[in-house]
Amino acid sequence: MNLKLAFSLSIASLWHRRNVLALVTLTLTLSITLLLGIQYLRTEVKQSFTNTIAGTDLIVGARSGQLNLLLYTVFHIGNATNNIRWESFQDLKTDNRIDWLVPISLGDSYKGHRVVGTTDQFQKHYKYGRGEPIELARGAWFEEVFEVVLGAQVASKHQHNVGDAVVLSHGGGRTSFSNHEATPFTVSGILAPTGTPVDQAVYVSLGGLEAIHIGWESGVAIPGRTVTPEQAKERDLTPDAITAALVGIERRILTFQVQRDLNQYSGEPLSAILPGVALSELWRIMGQFENVLLAITVFVVLTSLIGLAAVLLSLQVQRRQEIAILRATGASPLLIALLYVIECLLLTLVACGLALGVGAAGITLVSPWLLDTYGLKIALRPLSGTEWLILAGVPLAAVCVSLLPAIKAWRSSRKQGLGHANSW
Amino acid sequence: MTNRTHQSDPTPDTEPQTLKLSGVAFQWDSSKAPLRYPDVTLQAGSHLFLQGPSGSGKSTLMSLLGGLITPSEGRLEVLGTSLASLSSGQRDRFRADHIGVIFQQFNLVPYLSPMDNVRLPCRLSRKRLQRAKPDATTEARSLLTALGIPEDSWHRSVLQLSVGQQQRVAAARALIGGPELILADEPTSALDTNNRDRFIALLLELAAKQRCSVVFVSHDQSLANQFDQQLHLQESTR
Ligand SMILES: Nc1ncnc2c1ncn2[C@@H]1O[C@H](COP(=O)(O)OP(=O)(O)OP(=O)(O)O)[C@@H](O)[C@H]1O
Ligand SMILES: [Mg+2]
Repeated sequence: MNLKLAFSLSIASLWHRRNVLALVTLTLTLSITLLLGIQYLRTEVKQSFTNTIAGTDLIVGARSGQLNLLLYTVFHIGNATNNIRWESFQDLKTDNRIDWLVPISLGDSYKGHRVVGTTDQFQKHYKYGRGEPIELARGAWFEEVFEVVLGAQVASKHQHNVGDAVVLSHGGGRTSFSNHEATPFTVSGILAPTGTPVDQAVYVSLGGLEAIHIGWESGVAIPGRTVTPEQAKERDLTPDAITAALVGIERRILTFQVQRDLNQYSGEPLSAILPGVALSELWRIMGQFENVLLAITVFVVLTSLIGLAAVLLSLQVQRRQEIAILRATGASPLLIALLYVIECLLLTLVACGLALGVGAAGITLVSPWLLDTYGLKIALRPLSGTEWLILAGVPLAAVCVSLLPAIKAWRSSRKQGLGHANSW
Repeated sequence: MTNRTHQSDPTPDTEPQTLKLSGVAFQWDSSKAPLRYPDVTLQAGSHLFLQGPSGSGKSTLMSLLGGLITPSEGRLEVLGTSLASLSSGQRDRFRADHIGVIFQQFNLVPYLSPMDNVRLPCRLSRKRLQRAKPDATTEARSLLTALGIPEDSWHRSVLQLSVGQQQRVAAARALIGGPELILADEPTSALDTNNRDRFIALLLELAAKQRCSVVFVSHDQSLANQFDQQLHLQESTR
């Protein structure tokens, strides 16, 4: 079989019909971009999601389900049902299997962003991605009672800079009416973007949280009992309780043992969870919809391939003369059929190539914006094995689809006499 | 069906006859009576003029000679080979190697330049490539020149050629690589008298150089005397 001839004829024929075929190629390109993009984003989002927290071996909170604990400590979604007493937290510190502890105290908000009360241990031990630490883009981690560190998006959204004064609100919610106006905080630092919920939160010291709640024991400020910042600093600002704690275990092998002991802690009912396990469970629940999304895009690609076959079939009428000429010159019906398969294949390969280009360009263009606006960290990377497989499936499907016009052309050119060409 | 054959040069030759038909009939579908053809022998290098009313089976005979279809009855030999004894793939090969075809019109592959159209047989058949003197491109050039196709249009779109030029490019394609037989099915019916005469003169002249036989279909009786042999097909009485 004269493959070289078939290829050169196909290329010439495609080029000749480029105006008609440009549109189907565009459709095909877009649908392949969609398919590839969805699969790519899926992997990236999952990766970024499961890498929201790294390096932490256990998360400890008051007794609750693991999803709930994960959601409010890491994703700042929902609320803790109960607190951990400060004594219990101190008690954990004495456990020498535990390497480090990061206290987390939740409850207040700043313009809809969670306020996280913690210590400098947070900056030291909170890791994300493949163990990347949290870094300050500007300024320094808080040292004073009334200093606050802003997540990247909080700062960019409200255009804050180091040195700005911010007033925290009591409780959660975007439009809280009870603000801690008497005790404003000064921005001491702004974190670099991480693509995790860290970007959406603000960080203050445990003492700072304690200080702004003096006189707020009933949930609102009681006149006469609140204090000025200066007075507050004089007080003992040790908290009574915290919401949760991140735990680093000295020897990883002991993690399960520590988890079991914490779950059976005698002082008060505690829950200790493995963040990785909880994250994958959460992903299993959330991940369902994108399987559906992927299935839909597979159908989109199939639809455009069928569209391509339809175009090729309708072009077939125009091509009868040309095929009669080729047949008369000695081309076999197989060569004629092969022309259709090769044309379909080449078009799809062009579309795949274009889709890769469009996809790469799209990701490069959109990724800074995604990180800024949605805190999604999507980086350009080489395609994974699965993605190549999906991409390779497209030309394969195209070859199958092209068999339709090809077989039709093969059958009719077998039966066609020379004279036939005259009648078109 | 009644037929008349005029044989002007019956001298036998050492090389095989270009055509030999005996009792050939072909039936397109069983509801119709078969098309029956008179017995014909065409010596190598002789030209046959084929005439007959519409529907008398002229184009069908061309398909038979080209090996696109095989006779349902009788014996048909082209260049000493019985086409019916070949597989369909072998017949395609045989056609590529030994036969050039010119249609009534729209003879050219629209997406190939005149040059590439002419060279096409040499890409489909190794024999034609080997026989192209000295090579496909050079022979294509000299054929295009001989047929009066202006050089500046050789590499442009074939759609820019006039109908007469298109037919001459088709003649060049039929002639390249020295095939033994050219089948021309009403190649001049779309041409004016001037163009027609020029076309036939050139075709027969170039064919004679290669000792190539031409089977020429036309309604135009006035052309008949330029051919060695004539065959008149009669409309079947159905
Ligand atoms: N591919 C085909 N399938 C079925 N029947 C066909 C086919 N080609 C030709 N026929 C029939 O065979 C008969 C002869 O047709 P053919 O084309 O050979 O005539 P023709 O002499 O070339 O006519 P014209 O001068 O109009 O070109 C006609 O009755 C036609 O209907
Ligand atoms: Mg005809």
